[in-house]
Amino acid sequence: MESPGIILAFWVLSAITVAGCAMVLVAKNLVHALVFLVLAFLGMAGLFLTLSADFIAVAQVLIYAGSIAVLMVFAIMLTPLAARDNANSLYLLPALASGLGIAAIVSFVALVTPWGELQGDALAQNDPPTTVAIIGDLLLGRYVLAFEVASILLFFALLGAIVLVQERGSRESQ
Amino acid sequence: MIEGLSVTLTHYLIVGAVIFGFGTVIALSKRNAVAVLMGVELMLNAVNLTLVAFSRFSSAFPQGEEPLAGHVFVVFVLTVAAAEAAVALAMAVLVYRQRETVDLDRINLLHG
Repeated sequence: MESPGIILAFWVLSAITVAGCAMVLVAKNLVHALVFLVLAFLGMAGLFLTLSADFIAVAQVLIYAGSIAVLMVFAIMLTPLAARDNANSLYLLPALASGLGIAAIVSFVALVTPWGELQGDALAQNDPPTTVAIIGDLLLGRYVLAFEVASILLFFALLGAIVLVQERGSRESQ
Repeated sequence: MIEGLSVTLTHYLIVGAVIFGFGTVIALSKRNAVAVLMGVELMLNAVNLTLVAFSRFSSAFPQGEEPLAGHVFVVFVLTVAAAEAAVALAMAVLVYRQRETVDLDRINLLHG
């Protein structure tokens, strides 16, 4: 974490990610907001890389920037008559207040707590060459029950999504 | 000059907090259901960043005892986020079929 490249990468990627989030909030067009959301996801994948989380970074690009973004494009395209102006509701001010409050409180706690974190050489020593093997071991070893439950959850979520949007028979839709 | 600066756990936590705040604002203030879902995804993403940062920097576990548990949590969060996005977008499309809108301010009836 001491090398200048990592430090520079952290600041640049944080700026990209936060700017992407801000543009999702203020963009005038829903599709533009989606593009900025993908930018924020990609910046987040870069931040994962600066934390030496290679598997998570790749999964982030595949799942968030890839499939979830495509799902959202489909949802926007399947609702053609809905408003596309990314408008705010009446609750903008309370929402701004709560978002600002949450960010301020969490930042304050992060600043004042003595975390007892690893630094410098200890950090570099702790980094495995690749995280994939360790994650695989944990997923099919210690956390295998959660892994199976997650697979069942994913199955039922996809089943539910299909059942929900399934076209009913023509007699019913008339 | 840049050597004097070091990126610590606190930096990542603050970035995560800011992104979570943006996600909260978007989820609470947008009218379109898809935009609300974008905010929820940003909040989940901020939590993922926090988990990975703790996993990297934490000295709570001695070396080798609990390696990368945070990464495994993030994998589960990704799974649940994908499932949640699929179901939520399906519901948005369903509501659109019934009402021809996904404006959450106008979806205020409990009966179909």
